Amino acid sequence: MATNYPLTHAMASAELAPRLTVAEEVAKFIREKPLGAAGAAIILAMMAVAVFAEALAPYDPYLGDYGAQFARPSADHWFGTDEFGRDILSRIMYGARIALFVGFTASFAGCSLGALLGVISAYYGGKVDLLLERLMDILLAFPQLILALAIASILGPSVRNVVIAVSIPVIPRAARVVRATALSVKENVYVEAVCALGASRPRVILRHIVPNVMAPYTIILTAQLGGAILAEAALSYLGLGTAEPTPSWGLMLSGSAPSYAEKAPWIGLFPGIAISLGVFGFNLFGDSLRDALDPKLRGR
Amino acid sequence: MGTYLAKRLLLIVPTLIGAAALVFVIMRVIPGDVALLIFGGDTAGQIDAKQLADMRHRLGLDQPLVAQFGTWLWGVLRFDFGTSLWTGRPVIEELLVRLPLSLELALAATLVSVVIAIPFGMLAAVRQDTWIDYVIRVISIGGLAIPSFWVGILCILFLVIWFGWGPPLEFTPPWVDPWANFQQMVWPVVTVGYRYAAVTTRMTRSTLLEVLREDYIRTAWAKGQREWAIVFRHGLKNAMLPVITLIGTEFAFLIGGLVVTETVFTLNGVGRFVVDAVAHRDYPVVQALVFLIAFGFVIVNLLVDLTYAWFDPRIRYR
Repeated sequence: MATNYPLTHAMASAELAPRLTVAEEVAKFIREKPLGAAGAAIILAMMAVAVFAEALAPYDPYLGDYGAQFARPSADHWFGTDEFGRDILSRIMYGARIALFVGFTASFAGCSLGALLGVISAYYGGKVDLLLERLMDILLAFPQLILALAIASILGPSVRNVVIAVSIPVIPRAARVVRATALSVKENVYVEAVCALGASRPRVILRHIVPNVMAPYTIILTAQLGGAILAEAALSYLGLGTAEPTPSWGLMLSGSAPSYAEKAPWIGLFPGIAISLGVFGFNLFGDSLRDALDPKLRGR
Repeated sequence: MGTYLAKRLLLIVPTLIGAAALVFVIMRVIPGDVALLIFGGDTAGQIDAKQLADMRHRLGLDQPLVAQFGTWLWGVLRFDFGTSLWTGRPVIEELLVRLPLSLELALAATLVSVVIAIPFGMLAAVRQDTWIDYVIRVISIGGLAIPSFWVGILCILFLVIWFGWGPPLEFTPPWVDPWANFQQMVWPVVTVGYRYAAVTTRMTRSTLLEVLREDYIRTAWAKGQREWAIVFRHGLKNAMLPVITLIGTEFAFLIGGLVVTETVFTLNGVGRFVVDAVAHRDYPVVQALVFLIAFGFVIVNLLVDLTYAWFDPRIRYR
């Protein structure tokens, strides 16, 4: 029996769940995921410092002041100065640029390439899948830092090379996760339908499979961000990342920090706090995002 | 079980050959000529061309790449990894000198992390969403965020300022002087172990939470069993499998941890050997170490998978 009240599906869902404004969405996220919101706040603060470093930093991060070597933290130099008299707070502010740049570009490049390989592997199957999977197995057999170390040693220290060295170990990890999802997406009827309509393979992959693996892609991307920042710090600490005088957090801890332990412990203290806080923020945010996007983990 | 084992062992062979090939290719695309580096620089002008050709011949660099790879692989099969360009001694000898220290550090850190992580992970799961859970979670997320080289630096700052400590010049094996060995190793072990424990705590917590929601746990509660019996006998036993897997896969983190921790504490172990070899462009050593680390990683993963299969019959028959 037909009703004289034409209820469409769109109307019904609009009735059930009123669309939230952006501000309401943000408020909901803060309410439901306070730890994730704290992480997001840390990330935003870090980004603001990186963008406005010129305006915020009290001193030139490259300029040594030999009259103020090893100055204690004071009103003039909040975090003290290093062995060249450079202001540590200013160097940490500029260092946020390197950390964020390497973190974002390396995880974005590594995850995107890995995701593409994962989708290709899942879609084509057979020999292509077998070959790509073995290649990923081989890459996975190298511990992340060792692989980055080997690559960095070949390329030499520079920011661009650190990005390459940090992104390559990310590829197999992203490929694994995305391939698993793509395998199930591929079996959907709509994929079969567009294939039957005569869509080309690249079109099927890019238009119909890739948009449906965005959830695991986002999860692995945010999960890798903190790791990429840590990897950059470790490489720079070992002398294979960014080179002096670039203000990089890892580099600030290498060499001089332990040798001046008695004289100026602040040299080894503040850059480490900056790294830990940054990675902590990304991890908190990544965890909450995973919880929100992965229904199996909801409520845990 | 036999078929499973055979299948897994067969799969190792292509992975290892692939890893060897990858390491070989990576090391061969290094900009700069190794023969030139041995003569002390990249400036070819000052070195006699004949001497250079002789050195290339001696190192086998004048052979085609495939032949070079074949020679290297044949050497690897006979445990002959060539000689270090820096010290002139066989790589395997250099490695054996440093292995006990790294092995002790790795095993002690694993032990410490398991001893800390399992009880705390359990406590966090059983007391989910209480302050105990929050404290444990924040400390373990911190363990993932704090770089291990910084933990090491903090330990050194603390030791130097309060105890006037200086880094040890030579490693004392535990069988020579256990107390001196303990003093040397305790801080590096804490440094590596903290991160390892953080990862394992999180895994123990989340798997135990999953297990505690199973029907058989509800049955155990309904039977009126005590909490400790439910958690230990029914919960922990079933939650242990993913944790064991994780302890194995975290081996990669452990190696990374060794590299930086040995550098921070100036310990002469395998991890520092890698960093030094990379800095000196000592390519036979880097090649050998990266390959051996990959080999170790594959073997540890195989052992973990076998333990897993042994524990869980559902996997055995797949």
